[in-house]
Amino acid sequence: MIQIKHLRKEFDGEVVLNNIDATFQKGVVNMIIGKSGSGKTILLKCLVGLIPPTSGEIWYDGKNFTRMKSRDIHRLRRDIGMLFQGAALFDSRTVLENVMFPLDMFSRKNKRERRKRAEFCLERVNLLYAANLLPSEISGGMKKRVAIARAIALNPKYLFCDEPNSGLDPKTAQLIDELIYDITNDFEMTTIVVSHDMNSVINIGDKVIFINEGIKEWEGSKSEVMGAENEKLNDFVFASDLFKKIKEAEDIIAEDEKG
Amino acid sequence: MKEFMKGIYALGVNSIWIVIVISFFIGAVIVLQIALNIDSPLLPRFTVGMVSREIILLEFSSTIMCLILSGKVGSNVASEIGSMRITEQIDALDIMGVNSANYLILPKIVSFVAFMPVLVIFSMFMGLIGGYIICMVLGTPSVETYVYGIQAFFRESFIWYSILKSMLFGFIIASVAAYFGYTAKGGALDVGKASTDSVVINSILILVTDLVFTQLAMG
Repeated sequence: MIQIKHLRKEFDGEVVLNNIDATFQKGVVNMIIGKSGSGKTILLKCLVGLIPPTSGEIWYDGKNFTRMKSRDIHRLRRDIGMLFQGAALFDSRTVLENVMFPLDMFSRKNKRERRKRAEFCLERVNLLYAANLLPSEISGGMKKRVAIARAIALNPKYLFCDEPNSGLDPKTAQLIDELIYDITNDFEMTTIVVSHDMNSVINIGDKVIFINEGIKEWEGSKSEVMGAENEKLNDFVFASDLFKKIKEAEDIIAEDEKG
Repeated sequence: MKEFMKGIYALGVNSIWIVIVISFFIGAVIVLQIALNIDSPLLPRFTVGMVSREIILLEFSSTIMCLILSGKVGSNVASEIGSMRITEQIDALDIMGVNSANYLILPKIVSFVAFMPVLVIFSMFMGLIGGYIICMVLGTPSVETYVYGIQAFFRESFIWYSILKSMLFGFIIASVAAYFGYTAKGGALDVGKASTDSVVINSILILVTDLVFTQLAMG
């Protein structure tokens, strides 16, 4: 479980995150949604320690991350897997070497076992056949899957995904969503996904937090998103014609049922 | 170890040809210029070989070669690390719990410091060969006089001075380039800027260090 308490982040006096409180449960997909520039990625980077918050606290399973010594932070990070927006694969290494990298750095297993584990992770994302290819030789969707395989190589407790669907076609995006959902359930991880894709929210968002201009505006489950009485959330959700039409259809059905 | 070998490969294998070609021609030109300009009956002809040797050993092979390598290898390091920064590969290392600066920069510094003297020795050798060939072609001074000149009043300490200097320059090139790459922000344009800035700062630092080191070691 990850908890955020009164988190605040300023850049040169400009507040980008203001008094955020949230709890992210284990074994469910927690989604942080919001418009571009709303502060979701900054929040994610604060959570993993890439950007220090101005004030507030972040707790990982009862341990105060914001007050940890750097040695403990390095140790905790071995329990963290992260999927970056651009996948962030190492260009000069093959797909298999990318997945083996965290194992080579931190696993005490011998080389054969490390390789076996990396192949298992690649199998999990259906990419074992691409093991010897370089990142430049595979598609964007495949890169994301390799990044997921690398993120889970050390069997982490926490998984962070920054816009996992950006730049992908709907079919591949759905595949990535399902993969994140399945992995979260299979490995009982605390997963936090930052996204502005409403399809993802409906597909996998067990818990949803909506952020607008650095403020947590709304919190609930994916089934509550469509019917939420929050103007800013509705503006965000129903910016898509598809969701607008779904809402209209739902309203018509509800009226018919009343009549 | 892999990163260290990568540094050796980038600096050594990929740069050896440029070192050989430049050193050969500059060595030949130095001998040619000195032979043409020192044409005095008061100076013995072996002076051409002796002066060429001093120029090649003391300044050209260490300082000028390192200036050239800072442009070639230094910019490469800055752009490589800069690209890793902007594509979040360095963040990925940090998230995994890897000390990214230690992992990426230290092996480069060590490999540059270790391999720069090898390149400098290559450069010295090729510079003197270039001079030898020009003497063979033009015949003035004769090959025998040139060979006598490059051996005359030879001080072994000059070689060590040059090697030490090149190690210092290797450290400067790797650390300055890595710093500019590691602190790059933004996009592809910023990586290019980081790369250019690293070459400019490296060149200035190498020249200033050369001046200070020469005064300390020889003054």
